[in-house]
Amino acid sequence: MWKRSHSVALGLLAGLSLLLLSLPEELAARFKVAFGALYLPLLGLAGAAHQAAQETAGLMVSRRELLRQNEQLRRENAQLRLETLQAAEWARENARLRRLLGWQEQSPWRDRLRLARVTLREPTPWWRSFTIDLGSRQGVRTGLPVLTPEGLVGRTSEVGPFHARVVLVGDANCRVSAQVLNVTGDTGLIGPAGPLDRDLVLLSYLPRTAVVRPGQAVVTSGLGGIFPKGIPIGTVVDVRPAGDGLYLEARVQLAAPLHVLEEVWVLWP
Amino acid sequence: MLRSLQIVATLVLAWLAVFLQAAWDGFRPILGVQPDLLPALMVHTALRTHLVNVFLLAALGGLAMDSLSANPVGVTSLPLLALGLVLHMRKELVLRDQPFAQAVLGALAGAAVPTLTVGLLLSLGHEPLVGWGSLWQGAVLAVWGAAVTPLVFRLFGALEHWFGPAPAGPGSFRPDREIRRGRV
Repeated sequence: MWKRSHSVALGLLAGLSLLLLSLPEELAARFKVAFGALYLPLLGLAGAAHQAAQETAGLMVSRRELLRQNEQLRRENAQLRLETLQAAEWARENARLRRLLGWQEQSPWRDRLRLARVTLREPTPWWRSFTIDLGSRQGVRTGLPVLTPEGLVGRTSEVGPFHARVVLVGDANCRVSAQVLNVTGDTGLIGPAGPLDRDLVLLSYLPRTAVVRPGQAVVTSGLGGIFPKGIPIGTVVDVRPAGDGLYLEARVQLAAPLHVLEEVWVLWP
Repeated sequence: MLRSLQIVATLVLAWLAVFLQAAWDGFRPILGVQPDLLPALMVHTALRTHLVNVFLLAALGGLAMDSLSANPVGVTSLPLLALGLVLHMRKELVLRDQPFAQAVLGALAGAAVPTLTVGLLLSLGHEPLVGWGSLWQGAVLAVWGAAVTPLVFRLFGALEHWFGPAPAGPGSFRPDREIRRGRV
């Protein structure tokens, strides 16, 4: 039986929802963070369980396996040190040439990376995002690039004290200006591909005359002010004309496996 | 007492289910979509409990979902509320004790809530990922709703059985031992 109190409750709830939906973006984000704090105990519990599971798994690895991994890591380390030496030489040469040409020196971003653990993934199918265990207390703010050694992951948004949401490449809220590593260095805009194509994104607004071929690498162009130039995004899968032939559109296979990531790097400003 | 327990259990289950949806990858790598328990809980709440519980589940369940997802806050509550209200208004017309009816309602709810949410998002000017693949995702959510709604009814039935008052027994009255007064 419908009562007057039900009408009042219905009005209140509908009004509350509409009020929340019409809140300014910053205020709405704060409200979300505050309500999400209800999940902090569960997040702590999940983090502890994850750590315990890792420690248990570590205890169960045999000595022989550990020695083998140790040897492999030693070799990798030696190789990386050699590559670092070579990269340092290139960096010096780059800086010298920049000085000669009168260009502004760019600070290397490899020293500004900070590791974060992925704590929660997006529960709805219409967004691409996850939550990391770094927040404003650690200095995270909105719009910081997030990456892995394989390539670009996304950027931070909705930052709480202990957690931050990362909007992934392929979400409509994370458009990235990208450049194809071909002869002409054509640039376009990375956007979402489709709800089921989790490892694919669309590179749109490529010039009609662009010579883009499958297998070519795509990196960040540095335009837009959020992502530094040269972070790998993926490789071109196929190209087709779009917008009634006004521009080209390429499907790009992402370099970073976004749906299985457990740890990512946040790039500090 | 039992009613309070029922709504507390519903809200706690909704809170945990939303967290599990976000914390555990579950079926997402295989199906391409993470199953959602809130529509099934709403079907049960609307058909078996009071309207106030429908409001509470829509408000708190919706806010919990929005706080862990990239949804704008408040967008999930309205579709859940719409579903709960429609079912609650028509609950006398539904064979709500039949598992088949529960499954059909679960399937409809599983598909309706995400569809309404996406519609609301689009009308608010957001750009959710929608395409032909969304039909597959809707179908998976409908099948999930059909499978899990009867289980939710069973779970709460068991809860009622454990914590509710025991049914009254036959008593000690025996008609054959009745003393009849007056003339025979």
